[in-house]
Amino acid sequence: MTSTASALRAPQMALRVRTVLVWVAGTAILALMALWLIINFVHAPAQFFQSAVYGLRNGVLYALIALGYTLVYGIIELINFAHGDLFMLGTVFSAFTLTGLGLTVPNLTGWLGFALVLVLAMIFCASINVTIEFLAYRRLRRAPKLAPLITAVGMSFVLQFIGQQWNGSTPRLWPSILPRGHFTIGGVTIDHNVFVVIAVTGGLLALMTWIVAKTRAGKAMRATAQDQDAARLMGINVNRIISFTFAMGGALAGAAGILYQQTVGTTRYNAGFQLGLIAFTAAVLGGIGNLTGAVLGGLLIGLIQGLNDGLPLYAPGQAWSQSVVFAILIMLMVFKPTGLLGQTVGEKV
Amino acid sequence: MSFAEPVPTEGKPRGRLRLPGRFTWPLFFLVLAIAIFIFYYLLTMGYLDPSVRSFALKWFPLVSINEALVWVMAALGLNIVVGYAGLLDLGFVAFWAIGGYVAGWIMSGFFDKANVNILGNPARFITGGIHVNFWIVVIAGAALCAFFGVLIGAPTLRLRSDYLALVTLGFGEIIPQVFHNGDNVYGVNISNGTKGISPIDPVQGLSISPQGIKFGSLGPFDHLSRYLIFLVLTLLILFMSLRLREGRLGRAWLAIREDELAASAMGVPLMRTKLAAYGIGAVAGGVAGVAFASHVSGVLPDRFQFAISITLLAMVVLGGMGNVWGVMLGALLLAWFNSTGLPELGTTFNSTFGTHINFPSYSFLIFGGALVLMMLFRREGFLPESRTRLVLREPERTDVEALGSDMEEQAPELDVMTTGGKSGDEGVRP
Repeated sequence: MTSTASALRAPQMALRVRTVLVWVAGTAILALMALWLIINFVHAPAQFFQSAVYGLRNGVLYALIALGYTLVYGIIELINFAHGDLFMLGTVFSAFTLTGLGLTVPNLTGWLGFALVLVLAMIFCASINVTIEFLAYRRLRRAPKLAPLITAVGMSFVLQFIGQQWNGSTPRLWPSILPRGHFTIGGVTIDHNVFVVIAVTGGLLALMTWIVAKTRAGKAMRATAQDQDAARLMGINVNRIISFTFAMGGALAGAAGILYQQTVGTTRYNAGFQLGLIAFTAAVLGGIGNLTGAVLGGLLIGLIQGLNDGLPLYAPGQAWSQSVVFAILIMLMVFKPTGLLGQTVGEKV
Repeated sequence: MSFAEPVPTEGKPRGRLRLPGRFTWPLFFLVLAIAIFIFYYLLTMGYLDPSVRSFALKWFPLVSINEALVWVMAALGLNIVVGYAGLLDLGFVAFWAIGGYVAGWIMSGFFDKANVNILGNPARFITGGIHVNFWIVVIAGAALCAFFGVLIGAPTLRLRSDYLALVTLGFGEIIPQVFHNGDNVYGVNISNGTKGISPIDPVQGLSISPQGIKFGSLGPFDHLSRYLIFLVLTLLILFMSLRLREGRLGRAWLAIREDELAASAMGVPLMRTKLAAYGIGAVAGGVAGVAFASHVSGVLPDRFQFAISITLLAMVVLGGMGNVWGVMLGALLLAWFNSTGLPELGTTFNSTFGTHINFPSYSFLIFGGALVLMMLFRREGFLPESRTRLVLREPERTDVEALGSDMEEQAPELDVMTTGGKSGDEGVRP
């Protein structure tokens, strides 16, 4: 009798040991990171804040792209691999449109043109995203999960091809029409364009939150995300709502595209792959499907990347930037697959 | 096969030899492989007509056949992970890279402080370094890859399928970056950084040339003998895939692929089975890595890109997930298309129509488009495994419940399943 009891208890013990181990390891990693930050902060505070500012500027863009991932995942549980490349097309589109309109100088016309092209890029990316959904993902909605995932990877290649033909296979350098110049507080340089990025992103986030939380379409979106069949029974046009979600994600990617092109100044046909992956990591970090989480994750990943690239002591440095982000992704999957703000969702039977 | 009804007893075929159906494909493959060998043997010896020779050298150079065999090995490995066990792996290039660097480490003059020679064959003018026999390196590369496969799999295989894809993708990005930045890891050079490791020791084998056949180290142009070596490796992996598929482990993989919960309820140990898929798939990836390193006599970190993982996936998907022969067909076709077919078709097209289209730049479109179109219109691949076809066409249970009778029109296969299935490709039923 006792032997059976102990045999039954053994897996439970193993589980408990495992939980404790995971907890200890996770805490240790977090503590090490905190220690690293403190050492660097004490050593060179100005550099710390400088790296943080650069990191946060990137983080804002990651947040915009991550929102696209999280919106789509939230509603049809698909990792839209093509999303990063959609963002890349946004950068290329805005670069060519701005130059094509002759807007290369930062003055009032340039800024008005920027606003115009921002809207155009958003419409452009939104329509591409909706088209992809209509042509490919919609037919695969009832298919096993592997099929839409592979389709998304294929779509990402098709978009990269378009970018390659459009932009050329080498990176291009473009003039910026955002306000130039910078100011300095206590040794930390802040570019003026950081404010443009933050203002545009803040506005878009507010708009998006309003759409999701207050409008009828947003309500329908949330309903569809919870249960498609029930939503359909309630008279919601599920197809249209999913298209609408893709349009929203695409528009945010387009906005991120023009902001990236204007602040970084270059376009590459393969930029979307890496940035898309980083943004996806951000979405997972925040808890995929959670909108606030995506923004939080984007800012955090940007911050971590900025600190890794810029801090003087014990930082792996820019050459390892990708590895650091992916290591975070892997550790996250091991220690907290639900992300920071996500909820535990079991696999549907 | 095992679920089929008992095979009705047939009368003994008279007059001619009948082979069981399961021998058709292996025999076909063997005959093809031997035919290729004889053809190129005659070609190398100069027995063939110059027009045949120039055609063969233009459209089917032996180099690209050898490279295609390397792709076949890796694709068969990925097939075990994706096709058999149904775990999407988007970072398979990592194993290829690890295998390549194992060859770089212990088959070259890279560690010039050491001076070890285990049945090795150092390249000329190389002093020092570790020189291990090619076949031992193959085993070492496979073992290290299996270790890494289990290492990456152990913490992540509990995840949901799409998360798993992301983690493998991250792994596939980290490993090449480690080799890329590896010339200075806290002052230690582990990979020569972007320069890569070269040359790698030549393999010893039968060198076949018009001057005669002799045993020795193979030069850069001994493609025919390298073909034999790669063929042996491919056959080994092929045999492993086929036999595992039929065994207890293979059936457990299929069960997991088709319904993880049901498999677990039937007593299939999920973690161990998935880990086995990862490890064994990685073994094939490592063998491919070592073979490729000796094929080009060097390893370069920039070669190991995400595109390789995707190309491998495309090979598996295009050929027919889970069916070894389909995967092999897909790998041979795509590898040939990539290395020879597309550029040669482009030159022919351009010279015929007087255009200047850069065909290789269309590979993104072709690969991406192929993946999308296959998923939309022929999800089961060119040569589907009969079982895969049903699974990929099968709507999820919840969907069936939700849609009720609507499903009848959308998936005619459903009727087939409920009425007991029709005779599959295995052709056991009359």
